[in-house]
Amino acid sequence: MAPVDRRDPNVKYMLIMRATDEAIEASRAVPFEEMINAMGAYNESLIKAGVLLGGDGLSPPEEGFVVDFSAEDEPIVTDGPYGETHELFNGFWIIQTATKEEAIEWASRCPLGPGNKLEVRRITDASDFADFADNEYVQKEEVWRKELGTE
Amino acid sequence: MTARTTDVQRTLEAVWRIEGARVVASLARMVGDIGLAEDLAQDAVVDALAQWPEAGVPRNAAAWLTAVARRKAIDGWRRRERLDERYRAMAYDLTQEAPGPTDAWEPIDDDLLRLVFTACHPVLGREAQVALTLRVVGGLTSEEVARLFLVPVPTMQQRIVRAKKTLAAARVPFETPPPEEWAGRLAGVLSVVYLVFTEGYSATAGDQWLRHDLASEALRLGRILAGLTPQEPEVHGLVALMEFQASRFPARLAPDGSPVLLADQDRTRWDRSQITRGVQALARADALGRGRGNYTLQAAIAQCHSTAPSVEDTDWDRIVLLYEALATLTSNPIVELNRAVAVSMASGPEPALEIVDALADAGSLPRSHLLPSVRGELLARLGRMEEARADLTTAAALAQNARVREVLLARARAL
Repeated sequence: MAPVDRRDPNVKYMLIMRATDEAIEASRAVPFEEMINAMGAYNESLIKAGVLLGGDGLSPPEEGFVVDFSAEDEPIVTDGPYGETHELFNGFWIIQTATKEEAIEWASRCPLGPGNKLEVRRITDASDFADFADNEYVQKEEVWRKELGTE
Repeated sequence: MTARTTDVQRTLEAVWRIEGARVVASLARMVGDIGLAEDLAQDAVVDALAQWPEAGVPRNAAAWLTAVARRKAIDGWRRRERLDERYRAMAYDLTQEAPGPTDAWEPIDDDLLRLVFTACHPVLGREAQVALTLRVVGGLTSEEVARLFLVPVPTMQQRIVRAKKTLAAARVPFETPPPEEWAGRLAGVLSVVYLVFTEGYSATAGDQWLRHDLASEALRLGRILAGLTPQEPEVHGLVALMEFQASRFPARLAPDGSPVLLADQDRTRWDRSQITRGVQALARADALGRGRGNYTLQAAIAQCHSTAPSVEDTDWDRIVLLYEALATLTSNPIVELNRAVAVSMASGPEPALEIVDALADAGSLPRSHLLPSVRGELLARLGRMEEARADLTTAAALAQNARVREVLLARARAL
C-alpha cells in the first residue's frame, strides 16, 4: 500500500454512545446476556488489537441530575434526564489509532442496534493549544486533564 | 485517483492495520510460509483496490481479503505445470475445507501467535526480526517501517525480503515453539518489542531524542501480545514498563527539545492515566503468582518512580532491592550502573562510586556514554570537580545523540 504521511499513532478518539428512547425500548426485547456477550466480544477485540485505552458505561439517566446554567443568577439543579433531549449519552470508549479511518472502522464494528448512534471525537492534545503554550492555565489544564484521567 | 478510490484506499489501510496480521496469519497456516502468505494477501489488497470502489467495501473486509488470497493460492498451485504431490495435496485440502460465507470467517488467535513467533524466529538477525514484526504483525507498510527507523525505503524493503527468504530457506515451520523452547523464544519476542520501544524512548539515531511514533507502535504490539498470551507475567510486565516510561514523555523534553533527566522532570506533567494503566498491567503480572522476571522487575522499579511525589520521597531502598533482584537474573552492566545510581540515592555517592569503578575496571560498557556520565555526577557530588568535568566531557564525546551530547557538555561547564 502507498505510504501515508498523515498517520500518527498517538491520536486518541472518544467513541460516545448515544441511544434514543426508541433504541432503549427496542433493546428491552433483546436478552440482556446477549447484549453483554456482544459488547464483551467487541471490547475484547479492541483490547486484543491494542487500541483500547479506557472506557465506561453510564448508569440510567434517572439516577443522574442536570445542572442548568441558562438562568442568569444561579445554576438550576434538576433530577433525572434532560426533559426534551432524545439522545442519551450512555457510555464511552477511548481508543488510540493511527488514522481517522481506523477510528471509523472500529466505531462501525460496535454492536449497537437501530436507534443508536456512536459519535466519534478526536481528543485534543497540547498541539491544539500550541498558540497558547505559554499560558499558565493552558499548561495547568493539561496537567489537570491528565490527573483526572480524562486526557 | 477519484474521491471514491481514495476513500476505499483509506478504509483498506484501516482494515489492514486492524486485521492485516490476522489475514496473513491464517494464510500462513494454510500455505506454511509467511512470505508467500504475505504476497498472496498483498495481491488480494490489489484486487480490493480495483473492485471495492465499484462494488463497495464488503461487510467483513478481512474475510473478503482472506477468501480472495486463498483462492489465489489454490489457482497458483493448479497452474503449475508440474504439480508435485505436496502442492496437489495442499490444493485439494484447501478446496475441501468448506469456505462458507465470508462473513463467518473468524481469525484464530493461535495463528496470530504463530505469526509473532515466526517473525521473531532466532534464525533471523535482530534487525530483521524488528522489521518483519512491524511489517507483518504491526500491519505497517515497508515505507512506514523505513521511516520509523530512518533508513531508505529500498533498504527496508530489501531487509524484509531477505528476512522472508531466510525463513523459507531455513524451512522454519509456522508454529509456536515447543514447551522446552517457549520461555526463551518468548523472551526473544519481548526483546524485539522492547527494542522498538527503547528506540522510541531514547532514540539512538536522528536529532529527535524522543520518538513517540515508535514507542506507540511498541505499546500497541505489547498490548496485542498481552491479549494473545494473558497467562505470561513477563508480557504484562513489559506492557507495564512501557506504560510507565511513556507516561513521562510529556516531561522528558524541555521546550528547546533537549532531554530532561528524571530528577529534574516536572512530575505534574506525567500522564496519570498512563501510569494507572501501568499499575494495572503490573498487578496483572503479579496476580499470576509466578514471581518477577526481567521486565516485571524493571516495571516495579519504574512504578516506584511513577508513584513517588518527588525524587526525595522516592523509596530508594526498595529500588536498590529490586535492582539487586534484577542483577541476579541478568549480568547486564547497565543494570549494575542503574543499581549504582539507586545506591547513591539511598546511601550516598561513595558506595555507588565503588560499583561504578568496579564496572569500569572490568572494562564494561567501553563505548557507552552512560558510565562516564554517571561517574561524573557521582564525583561532582563528592566535590571532586576536576575529575567530574573530565568524565562528563568523555561522556559527551561518546554520546551518539546530539541532544544528549549538549546536555552533558552543559553539565560539565556548569560544574
